[in-house]
Amino acid sequence: MRNVSAFLLRRRGGRGWHWTDIFTWFWLIAGFLVMFGPAVWLVNSSFKTPAALAEFPPTILPYVTAETVVEGYDKPLPLYEVKLPDGTVQVLAEVRRIGIVAQMVDPENPGEIIKVNIQDRTPKRSVSFAFDNYVRPLVVNDFVLYLQNSVFVTVMATLITLLTNSMAAFALSKYNFRGRSAVMMLIVATLMVPLSVILVPLYSVISAMGLFNSLWGVILPTVATPTGVFMLRQYMLTIPDELIDAARMDKASEWQIYWRIILPLTAPALAVLAIFSVVWRWNDFLWPLIVLSRKELYTLQVGLNTYAGELNVQWHYILAMTVVTMIPVVLVFVFLQRFITTGIAGTGLK
Amino acid sequence: MILAPVGWLARVLDPPLRALQRVGGRNGMAIFFVAPNMLIFGIFVLIPLVINFAYSMTGGGALFLGDRIFVGGEQYGRLFDCGNYLEPNSCREDLFWTAVWNTVFFVVLQVALMVGVALITALILNRDLKARSFWRAVFFFPVLLSPVVVGLIWRWILQRQGLLNYMIYELGFDPINWLVERNWAFAAAISVSVWAHMGFYALILLAGLQAIPKDLYEAAEMDGTRPARVFWRITLPLLAPNLLVVLVLTLIRAVQIFDEVYVLTGGGPGTSTLFITQYIYEVGFASLLRNPGLASAASILMGAVLVVLTLFQLGIARRGERRSAK
Repeated sequence: MRNVSAFLLRRRGGRGWHWTDIFTWFWLIAGFLVMFGPAVWLVNSSFKTPAALAEFPPTILPYVTAETVVEGYDKPLPLYEVKLPDGTVQVLAEVRRIGIVAQMVDPENPGEIIKVNIQDRTPKRSVSFAFDNYVRPLVVNDFVLYLQNSVFVTVMATLITLLTNSMAAFALSKYNFRGRSAVMMLIVATLMVPLSVILVPLYSVISAMGLFNSLWGVILPTVATPTGVFMLRQYMLTIPDELIDAARMDKASEWQIYWRIILPLTAPALAVLAIFSVVWRWNDFLWPLIVLSRKELYTLQVGLNTYAGELNVQWHYILAMTVVTMIPVVLVFVFLQRFITTGIAGTGLK
Repeated sequence: MILAPVGWLARVLDPPLRALQRVGGRNGMAIFFVAPNMLIFGIFVLIPLVINFAYSMTGGGALFLGDRIFVGGEQYGRLFDCGNYLEPNSCREDLFWTAVWNTVFFVVLQVALMVGVALITALILNRDLKARSFWRAVFFFPVLLSPVVVGLIWRWILQRQGLLNYMIYELGFDPINWLVERNWAFAAAISVSVWAHMGFYALILLAGLQAIPKDLYEAAEMDGTRPARVFWRITLPLLAPNLLVVLVLTLIRAVQIFDEVYVLTGGGPGTSTLFITQYIYEVGFASLLRNPGLASAASILMGAVLVVLTLFQLGIARRGERRSAK
């Protein structure tokens, strides 16, 4: 025993424990629980039936009360394990409850009503995952549409972002054309203009172009990201100009230089921008909320907010759809987190 | 495979673009390359930015600028028509001033908490940890979640019969109605936004800590300097530029706070978590008494604050570059 604790407590370099070591472990473990706990609890809750969600204290596993159809009763009746006065335990179905007395019947012998004190019975429950929470909103409600809209917006916006940003970055890094510094100034200046400052006039521009209530109205204002142009330009500046000169000697057109030489060499930076763009566009909320007013055009984020804003919130569906909304981002986190963290540490991109 | 049609398109585009190059020269091609981005940029950022000023000087409910009535500075006058600025009830636009003061309190408290927590996290992640990239990922996880998901996760946990109240109940305290009591809802808005974004700033600070030369610490250890002194004399001064960047970034983001709090509390209870962006959104789009001109005027005031903060940030960045160039 002593060896075990000595093993666990020993420190590199043979030093003893300092208060900062204890604080470090406290912070890391608390951080683990606080950062992951809420999301885990969300996933866990999303598999519970409405009845199980309403329970207090909440259970860890999703339980459902077993029910059975008994002859002579319209609705299925909940089953209970009842301790009878003679000491035996029997499974009975509850017909109704009056105060502390429950009227129950034996499903095998529905004619005879047995009166039981509610202290003597426990609900017969079994673990059951309510997959219906996922199936119903997707099939019956419009969430499949919302999902499609979100995927369309994310994919299109990311493709256009990559194309236009890389073209602009190419011009700004490899050509010395008139007006280049003016273009750079404009891009820097708009770093200061977040969407929330130009909501009203942007809305009128979108409406004038007939893009109100159109997914393109969501996509287009987001694609000319100044951060994307900046990041790609920084990367392209490191590509030697000799490569371009050599290609020109071989009669390559400027478009071919961009397409065949610059783009493949910029792939790592493009990958980082693509990951960011997917996360940004998937998560966008305020602008789609303004542009999309027809239900069948909602993205997942707007649809979720609308359903969660109803007077009578149907939490079992909301929780399940929140999990669906979270899935792509969690996949990015698990497989591509490395690219993002290096992207942020390197460029301060968000 | 998926890229095959894209490659085909690029090949098909080549002959016409060669012709364009013959006409316009290399300079013309450069313009061709920046054009799509700048066109989108011009239509969806620059034009709105310019006409925003025009909007803020018009009245009425009409959408298009041509149909609106010029009112001069009336919208601004309306926003500033106030008996006592500290007392929103004495103002003509009481909601605007409620939102302004809520935002001020929010910014002060949230930025302080955010920078503090991010700094502690970065210092801990910079220690000699096993599996450091795992722990870094743990704190970074919520940054990727959408504001709607963040808002709903916490609404579920903070509701009256939620997980948090269950824990409190188990510890023997009375459950609290987190999102219904004014002060608790405000505290929840701050905590949830810190939870959602802290990892991003911790990452920037961690990069700054790792850039501090190791030999400084070795020299300090040789001299037997106490850890607290090492922190105040080496770590903090050398981290100062990063700390300043994080401070300004959190300020800029906190001023614009909207999405996650809107989903979490909807601005309530009452107006206790109504912030300036939500005010602009509601006056411009959501309320029955829509007033785009008023929303524009308020957004220009917020924009002015943001421009000052961003210029400050760019100034710091430039000074940092100059210092590292030396």
